[in-house]
Amino acid sequence: MVKEIERAGLPVVHVCTVVPISLTVGANRIVPAIAIPHPLGNPNLEPEEEKSLRRKLVEKALKALETEVEDQTVFED
Amino acid sequence: MGKIKIVHYINQFFAGIGGEEKADFQPEVREEAIGPGMALNAQFKGEAEIVATVICGDSYFGENMEEAKSEVLKMVKKYNPDLFIAGPAFNAGRYGVACGTITDAVQNELGIPALTGMYEENPGADMYKKSVYIVSTKNSAAGMRDAVKKMAPLALKVAKGEEIGSPEQEGYISRGIRKNYFANKRGSERAIDMLVKKLKGEEFLTEYPMPDFDRVEPNAAVKDLSKATIAVVTSGGIVPKGNPDHIESSSASKYGKYDIEGFTNLTSADHETAHGGYDPVYANEDPDRVLPVDVLRDMEKEGKIGKLHRYFYTTVGNGTAVASAKKFAEEIGKELVADGVDAVILTST
Repeated sequence: MVKEIERAGLPVVHVCTVVPISLTVGANRIVPAIAIPHPLGNPNLEPEEEKSLRRKLVEKALKALETEVEDQTVFED
Repeated sequence: MGKIKIVHYINQFFAGIGGEEKADFQPEVREEAIGPGMALNAQFKGEAEIVATVICGDSYFGENMEEAKSEVLKMVKKYNPDLFIAGPAFNAGRYGVACGTITDAVQNELGIPALTGMYEENPGADMYKKSVYIVSTKNSAAGMRDAVKKMAPLALKVAKGEEIGSPEQEGYISRGIRKNYFANKRGSERAIDMLVKKLKGEEFLTEYPMPDFDRVEPNAAVKDLSKATIAVVTSGGIVPKGNPDHIESSSASKYGKYDIEGFTNLTSADHETAHGGYDPVYANEDPDRVLPVDVLRDMEKEGKIGKLHRYFYTTVGNGTAVASAKKFAEEIGKELVADGVDAVILTST
């Protein structure tokens, strides 16, 4: 899906936990997520902390969309 | 050679430990054949035997690949088997990736012959088909008998170091290896034979399949986020409560497009997940954990992004055919472009 939306002409950032799958599938901008059942959250944290964790991930995803890439790029910390 | 000693790898589901709620199960070894291992043992007809089974939860493996791999390797090494078998994983994505990863590691790090089995669209197949033998199976566990019938004979050959035939003969997924051999007919004759078959509309087998490099060039970055419209798309199955379009929990045949105007936050009162391939507890409790509408709304208010697109698109990425996902996303991409969206955040579970 990432690839087809990119093909339509939009930059896409893939936020996902299993990065090797994303690389195989062909995503160009990849942000590693927290866990498979809660990619953008962590139920062990207090709600406030959890939201700030999510905010950081979304900021990282947006940063990836602002960054020119020539090839598949994983945006680590 | 005496009886061939095998260590088998399976997930929590095939071990009978549990479904998604047990997917974080940590590696454990049992000195017996379990589930599919019993079927394999029967096919070996006494020539080989599974002496131990390593069980690991799919999410545990997917989320802790390096640790899980080294733990499982240690367990396998302890038994010093003649052969290692993982799966079959059919079309279970995390399981397939785990099977591929561990088969590759056992073969290449421990030097023990190994093989696995899965459906050709399993992401694990693309990742590892070049490095290990992956027997091509059907896409669901209903194909277990067929899978075991193909895996057992190839496993014995691999263990004995016998010559392995072509992918078509042995039933594994092509590894992209070319082997020289003396053909009975010269090239020009074979080419004409093939052409004649093609013209007649008959089946023919190419001797030189073209590699499939399906890559899409990255698009230009967003220049100014504060003016950009950002859309969210997910394969994590987030839908309005009650799943109004009945998106299937696996092998989805459709996607949904839902209005989030007025939503500052997704909650258990209004949204949930339709996905059947991961433990839904966390996503149902707070759907923002999969589709971060709360944070994007905040950022929209703060002027960090121009706008959160009015609709989100969603489907269930669980054993969903690649062709379906492709078709969904072609339509979604076209609509997003037409609606003036500048960039997309796509989340996957």
